[in-house]
Amino acid sequence: MNGQSTLVALVADSPGVLTKVATLFRRRGFNIASLNVGHSEEPGVSRMTIVIEGTGAEIKHCEKQLYKLVEVLKVLDLTEVDRVDKELALIKVAARGADRAEVVGLAQAFDGEVVDVSKDAVVVQLTASPYTIERFLRLAGDFGVLELSRTGVVTMVRGTLDKSNVPARRPSSNHRE
Amino acid sequence: MTERKMRNGGQVICDVLLEEGVSAIFGMPGGASLPFYNALYDYPQIKHYLFRNEQGAGYAADGYARALNTVGVATATSGPGATNLVTPIASAMMDSIPVVFITGQVATPFIGTDAFQETDITGVTIPITKQNYLVKDVDELPRVMKEAFYLAQTGRPGPVHVDVPKDVFLAETDAPVPEVIKIRGYKPAGAGHRGMIRRAAELINDADRPVILAGHGVAISAAFDELRELAEKARIPVITTLHGVGDFPETHKLSFGMIGMHGMYYANLAVSDCDLIVGLGLRFDDRVTGRVSDFAQRAKIIHVDIDPAEIEKVVPTAVPIVGDVKATLQILNPLVHKSDHPEWLGKLDKLRSEHPSHEPPDDERFLPQHMVRYIYEATEGAAAVVADVGQNQMWASQMFFYDRPYTFFSAGGLGGMGYALPAATGVQVARPKETVWCVTGDGGFQINIQELATIAEYQIPVKIGVMNNSNLGMIRQWQKRFYDGRYLGSELKNPDFAKVAEAFGIRGIRAETKDDAKDAISEAMATDGPVLVDFIVNELEDCYPMVEPGSSLAETVERGA
Repeated sequence: MNGQSTLVALVADSPGVLTKVATLFRRRGFNIASLNVGHSEEPGVSRMTIVIEGTGAEIKHCEKQLYKLVEVLKVLDLTEVDRVDKELALIKVAARGADRAEVVGLAQAFDGEVVDVSKDAVVVQLTASPYTIERFLRLAGDFGVLELSRTGVVTMVRGTLDKSNVPARRPSSNHRE
Repeated sequence: MTERKMRNGGQVICDVLLEEGVSAIFGMPGGASLPFYNALYDYPQIKHYLFRNEQGAGYAADGYARALNTVGVATATSGPGATNLVTPIASAMMDSIPVVFITGQVATPFIGTDAFQETDITGVTIPITKQNYLVKDVDELPRVMKEAFYLAQTGRPGPVHVDVPKDVFLAETDAPVPEVIKIRGYKPAGAGHRGMIRRAAELINDADRPVILAGHGVAISAAFDELRELAEKARIPVITTLHGVGDFPETHKLSFGMIGMHGMYYANLAVSDCDLIVGLGLRFDDRVTGRVSDFAQRAKIIHVDIDPAEIEKVVPTAVPIVGDVKATLQILNPLVHKSDHPEWLGKLDKLRSEHPSHEPPDDERFLPQHMVRYIYEATEGAAAVVADVGQNQMWASQMFFYDRPYTFFSAGGLGGMGYALPAATGVQVARPKETVWCVTGDGGFQINIQELATIAEYQIPVKIGVMNNSNLGMIRQWQKRFYDGRYLGSELKNPDFAKVAEAFGIRGIRAETKDDAKDAISEAMATDGPVLVDFIVNELEDCYPMVEPGSSLAETVERGA
């Protein structure tokens, strides 16, 4: 695979919808790098942020397959759109004695928050882009990452989604009216 | 404002069935679905056909749906009843057949406890249905049932599965059935994009060697008149897919038969040589295209399909049109100029007369091809044929000329053997006056042979032709050609099918020669009720033409060694 794509799907919040989306990805052979689901601004509508392996025509095919699910209201391919990507991570880093101050310092350097300190470890909360979290993890690796929990990416377009920040290859009106 | 009355879940379902004009349902009861049957008892307008295996019921509903281009209904109980429906559900999904499947489920307090006859059947059917529901609240049932019928038959049709727990069948509700269904995320296309249709017309008007490739979408949207108008106006040869058989009269001069792995030699060559494909309601399946990288290399492709996900899925298209075939052709046809393509048609006519793949081989032995041709001759084409899967299916499509819509039925997509007998039953129930021939191999016949009991019980007058070569013929053919004749698991030791039929109470005839066959067909036609003819055909006949796996259409083998 050559790169990843970021899709946002707005879906009717009905039982089984997550299974349906996940099943579709599995059945059509798409690899999910991360999947986040939660409420959207509209009651009854959930927002999924899906990061998948693949680009271009494959993703277009994936989008069309998503639209075949009755619960799927809208799919946006935001891969090439100017947007904010954020992910929350809780990272338990081994920290005894002198290491503790260094880990806390590292967390501060990344605008992270130390949410727990215990005898052997420090829990750092980071809200950042996946890239930044990866960088933090590499550095924290020197001390030892004992536990890691990441939410997966949530994303939002900067400004409003219009011609100024959408690449030209959007589906035409012929694709879906 | 209609008065709100209390009714239980079972009655809600029956009321919706009535509203939707359902007069026959196919099924088998069980513990979890008994309350539904108890409700159905009071609805004599809906005739229930008891099948001997739920798979038969599912296929019968599929046949019924195709025969009338409407929604079929099949029902089963929870657990094993529901899992027996899985194959027909998958088949209806692959073939875009509108069937509503209603299954019983264990009562809601037992769901998730591994209760007796519990299966997470909606979990199973997610990837093989257009939509499915587990209805846990009876107040939801009126809407769900109405939605199920709406979704099954609009847009690209498909199966919808409604799973109803036992206590939900029994619980009462006064929730009304909605009159209009609106689903926010579901907007089936109407006619295609005007600009695209104009571009399509330009390509058609400019083409020197156009062909129309007509698929199932023509039949689903009943675009037969529009297709014929287009073909005749611009004199464009019409080639169909397996599911497109019957879209266009096969005895018409512009008909060039079926494309594909066992399509007509001239059809495959025409598509390889053409400069424009007008693809109408088809999905360019691998059995249609042969080696995709070499498919119709000289042609631009116009692809009309109601499902956007089919466009550009397999072949690149010059003009994609997402829309209903009929509505699209109604706009397209007036933009198409009269034309006659004499050179192109002359070339294809010559190809067809020099390579007549639609003729049975000239052979003294009784070949399977003869069987189908004799049925065609005896019925003068005035019959519906339900084919099974395998060699019999291909010969049934090749050796019979289908001039009318909705007269050839086959499980082309999933390719489930065992389809023909129960599906023919459904077709016959849907069209009682039609002569219905079930053309099945000896292998596929035995997969749902138990439905002879159903046919006998209801005296459903299907004519069952078993093309008996004592083999899983297509398997044997592949083992011969691609596995050095190392036959394993393809030979069948069969019972005497005529005697089997008689034991079920159905007239059974054995035919071993050409003359026997003609006599047996005449006798079958002269008999009012069901008849089975066991046609003992030449065992070693292989099915040709053939596009071997990995080959291109241009490399079609006309006739094997």
